[in-house]
Amino acid sequence: MKTRANLDSSTGAEVTNGSGAAAILAAGIGSFFLGVLSIAADKSAFLKDMFRFYGPTGPLSGVTTTAILIWLLVWGILEWRWRKRTVAVARVCAAALVLLGLSLLLTFPPVGDLL
Amino acid sequence: MEITERSLWTLVHGMGFGALYLLASSGALVELYRRYSPNGPGPVSETDEQFLKVYLVVMAVLAWLAVLSGAYLIYPWYRAVAPAGTANLAAFPQRLLLSHPATSEWHSIGMEWKEHVAWLTPISITMAAAVVVRYGRNLRHHPQLRGAVLGFTLVSFVAAGIAGFFGAMLNKNAPVEGGRTVGVLHGETH
Repeated sequence: MKTRANLDSSTGAEVTNGSGAAAILAAGIGSFFLGVLSIAADKSAFLKDMFRFYGPTGPLSGVTTTAILIWLLVWGILEWRWRKRTVAVARVCAAALVLLGLSLLLTFPPVGDLL
Repeated sequence: MEITERSLWTLVHGMGFGALYLLASSGALVELYRRYSPNGPGPVSETDEQFLKVYLVVMAVLAWLAVLSGAYLIYPWYRAVAPAGTANLAAFPQRLLLSHPATSEWHSIGMEWKEHVAWLTPISITMAAAVVVRYGRNLRHHPQLRGAVLGFTLVSFVAAGIAGFFGAMLNKNAPVEGGRTVGVLHGETH
């Protein structure tokens, strides 16, 4: 039975939660990679040099560009897989928010220095 | 009144894109929290729905403009390397901060955090805008999605606030200056 929760208010068509869950989890994963890559580039001379995509900006250019590409790639894949599906959205959202919280911590330099 | 070109761009980045984003955040949070709650006041009209969609897309544009102008325009001026033997480091803000123990942590903690944490803002708000554009008023019937969007929007506000705070303090301790001088206003001396 279609409930009010999964029917579009204006068209009456079914609205699954997969597309939203895909966007949310991808944002969490992209943010987490931003934190991880910022620490990795700080710890490794090789990565620091490799992430120097644009000289005047230095490794920040590579760290952020790579994290954004990972985010968009993951988003595209999840959207393709989940857009017509109803997924366990509570777990997906919880995982995404945990990843976002970790990314906030990982970007804080004293935390990176501890690792 | 005159201002240097680099200072003007720093103003556009911080007071333009960044401060506007911070101001807009409160509106987005209130709208998502109150109007899109399953127990929100009355139904969400089509006009309200369109308003929030446009509002969040504009916020996403502001966030991207803020981080891109910061990383690719101002940051290179900030981290420019002073030629060997340079005594006056005023044109090299990072070097100026690192030259004094009392100011070095504005760079090693402040700028190091700001330059990375700021990027959480466009990622989070682009996601929020995409979900609201996709679901519109139906978001009311997806409380978990709404909760996550609200959480990401809140973190985007916090990240922008951290970046804005350190941006202001860094510019206070070691302003990004240089380039040609731009006349802003001309008046008579009394």
